Amino acid sequence: MKGKSLISITDYTKDEYLQILNTAAGFEANPNQKILSDKVVASLFFEPSTRTRLSFETAANRLGARVVGFSDAGNTSVQKGESLKDTIIMVSSYADIIVMRHPREGAARWASEVSSVPVINAGDGANQHPTQCLLDLYSIMQTQGTLNNLQIAMVGDLKYGRTVHSLVQAMCNFNATFHLVSPEELKLPSVVKMHIKEANLEYHQYTDLADVIPIADIIYMTRIQKERFSDPIEYEKVKNSYVLNKAMIAGCKPNMKILHPLPRVNEISEDVDSTEQAYYFKQAENGVYVRQALLTTILGAK
Amino acid sequence: MDKETRELKVTAIENGTVIDHIPANNVFKVIRILNLENNNHQVLFGDNLESKKYGKKGIIKVSNTFFAPDEINKIALVAPTATLIVIRNFKVVEKKQVEVPDEIVKIVKCFNPGCITNHEDIITRFTVIDKNDLKLKCRYCEKITAKNNIVFL
Repeated sequence: MKGKSLISITDYTKDEYLQILNTAAGFEANPNQKILSDKVVASLFFEPSTRTRLSFETAANRLGARVVGFSDAGNTSVQKGESLKDTIIMVSSYADIIVMRHPREGAARWASEVSSVPVINAGDGANQHPTQCLLDLYSIMQTQGTLNNLQIAMVGDLKYGRTVHSLVQAMCNFNATFHLVSPEELKLPSVVKMHIKEANLEYHQYTDLADVIPIADIIYMTRIQKERFSDPIEYEKVKNSYVLNKAMIAGCKPNMKILHPLPRVNEISEDVDSTEQAYYFKQAENGVYVRQALLTTILGAK
Repeated sequence: MDKETRELKVTAIENGTVIDHIPANNVFKVIRILNLENNNHQVLFGDNLESKKYGKKGIIKVSNTFFAPDEINKIALVAPTATLIVIRNFKVVEKKQVEVPDEIVKIVKCFNPGCITNHEDIITRFTVIDKNDLKLKCRYCEKITAKNNIVFL
């Protein structure tokens, strides 16, 4: 994987994911390893992000790399009308690797084609966010001890949630059974279901969250956003139906863990935070280890 | 064979390419896709000609011009029924149906308004994921442009 950009979750094979997850476990055990002290990481955030940017920059810092970049495009030459291509050509002559988030879909793939150094996609519009997917896989593996043969429940906005789409695609490699819980308007798109069918795996669709709690090994919660609904009345009807609270998870499997890509708004009540099942903050922490694994693997230090 | 076609056959070309059975009204699109506006050789075309097979059809004859398979297959997007006929010394030396290629480069616009190719100067590239129903997957934003949404650049 040395020198190989990561733009879409499909760019890496199953074995390559597993290699990254193994390397990440090493960083969880021993996070401060100054093995990239001669490297410069460019962190180009053309749109703001809290978790992803801080997580990447923390990962780079724990590896001893220097970080250059910007956290929004406001004060850069992009504002003056510079093309993405020119920005990337310039930055790739300065840095050893580029981490980028951009509001346009496809921006990261384009950047990887014009860049002379590898690019890691930290989110391109509604398209891909492969490092989130890898940290989700890592979190599933750490909590369940395996990625194989699991009952995965996905809850909330399954239509627009890119993290859901990538995770479904990735978990198709591991014989998962999918339990898809969403309002009618926000069901998983057929192009994503196609991956499940191609892998000959099972999926079940629900509108009631309570149905999946006793069977799930993982409940992956997502935020339902008002602006996704064509009819505001529909939103009012469903907005409180996909909220998880402590009382609801009483009958869950003992190994069940709740994941959420964050930020959470109200879809997981705060009384869940102190339960054994809450894993979302640890999941965000895992992002640092996974990104350490990616930076070092792509730069050839691991 | 209908009258118009026979007349066109009379003006048969010595060497070159005939593209027959183009769906009526798509002749101009084919001309544009093959960039025949900038061709210096003789170009003859007819549209809305009678066809036994399709009711109406279009035809294009280009002298002294031969197309690489990739190039000619681009027209399959607008003329899936087209037949390609290669003429040398007034004789048909090759006759075949056009085929939808595996990749479409440069000629189609990505349907997704948020795609980077609609905001920067980038050559569009699509993988054809369904040749019968024409579904094109953008190499950049990974969204599907379906048959009804295809717009030519």
